Amino acid sequence: MCFLIRLLLVAGGLAGVFAVTLAGGLRQGLLALLGIGFGAVLQGARFGFTTGWRDYIERRDPQGLWAQMLLLVLAAAFTLPLIASHPGELVGAVAPLTISLVLGAFLFGAAMQLADGCGSGTLYKAGGGAPISFAVLPTFAIGSFLGASHQPAWIGLGGLPPVDLLRYGWPVALGITVVGCGLVSWFAARGAKKHRAANPSANSSTVAGPGWSRRWWIGALLLAALYALHLVVAGQPWGIVYGIGLWGAKLVAALGWSPVGDAFWGVDPHAVRLAEPVLADVTSVTNFGLIYGALAASRWNGPADFRAPTAKRLIAGAVAGLVMGYSARMAFGCNVGAFLGGIASASMHGWVWFALAFAGSMVGVRLRQRVSA
Amino acid sequence: MNGRRLFSLISNLFWVLVVALIALDTASSTGSRVEPPPIALGSGQAASGGHCSGR
Repeated sequence: MCFLIRLLLVAGGLAGVFAVTLAGGLRQGLLALLGIGFGAVLQGARFGFTTGWRDYIERRDPQGLWAQMLLLVLAAAFTLPLIASHPGELVGAVAPLTISLVLGAFLFGAAMQLADGCGSGTLYKAGGGAPISFAVLPTFAIGSFLGASHQPAWIGLGGLPPVDLLRYGWPVALGITVVGCGLVSWFAARGAKKHRAANPSANSSTVAGPGWSRRWWIGALLLAALYALHLVVAGQPWGIVYGIGLWGAKLVAALGWSPVGDAFWGVDPHAVRLAEPVLADVTSVTNFGLIYGALAASRWNGPADFRAPTAKRLIAGAVAGLVMGYSARMAFGCNVGAFLGGIASASMHGWVWFALAFAGSMVGVRLRQRVSA
Repeated sequence: MNGRRLFSLISNLFWVLVVALIALDTASSTGSRVEPPPIALGSGQAASGGHCSGR
């Protein structure tokens, strides 16, 4: 029975990739395949950005943060030399240091803890069958659509221009990225050690033990490899939120809304993305693949298990999804497009995003505890 | 019908709806689109655009 299910899951994935290739071309098919890989790794390794941060905030467990720093360093090491040697063909995720980035990243960090998942987390949990995702995903799409539409106005509030460290050459950019990730890892380890020392008699639910679970670093290695392949195929870094916002825009357009005159959706390349089939959009096909990959990974060893959330959690998740979608567009992306993509592209906005979103998560974890109580 | 079964039904309906919307969108989109080379690296073409960073 298990063999049959696995066969069906593999056949379903291949059929999906074939269908996307037919509809959108070979590049889109390859991206759907990479998306399946992203989803399978995220679900299989339970590589959650949100959980990793929450584990540190609540229990000073640094494993998730370490894994994320390893992912950033590997992704930067694989891709910075490529971006530097193929300008134009391959581009990084570089964005300005605006007021909207500061506000948006903080709000996103808080909301992702309430929704129990960031951009990628919401998608892979939806694929895995987590009930809360069905409350978060639709509002996320609407929020992202609205946030994108308002993004030019938010950027107009002012800020600093982009700081792309690649202008100093890729060895310098990579060196700064390695030092930054090393410092975060060291601070996280120091905080964990202090916390253990201050709570010698506490149990494992409140204090993390020493060591590093294998799933975290294997997940980081595989995700970094997939991230590099995605850049090579698509020419741009892995993203999540743009695609979700596009789904929202397409849905609203189908209900009669016109993008003509819209400051974001009415101008290229976004107007072109909106007019083309959704399967022609880079981020959308990767997202679809991600959802399927997570579904396959969650069903690989049998039916998925879940607990039905309370109505209060569902409502909180829906509101958090709306805020996440909107704020992600203010902040030029989520944990994937801004945090991973930004830092791995040696853009300073990735580091600003991380600092503000982590601060927001500290607030979000408290809010989550109140909602769950 | 217990909560678990109801949720399974709702989630299955949700995904059927998603697939139907993608099929509808693909079928209803008109106009020609120039298919990009399979791999961006070495293609000599700029990325298509449409990324979270605002590009």
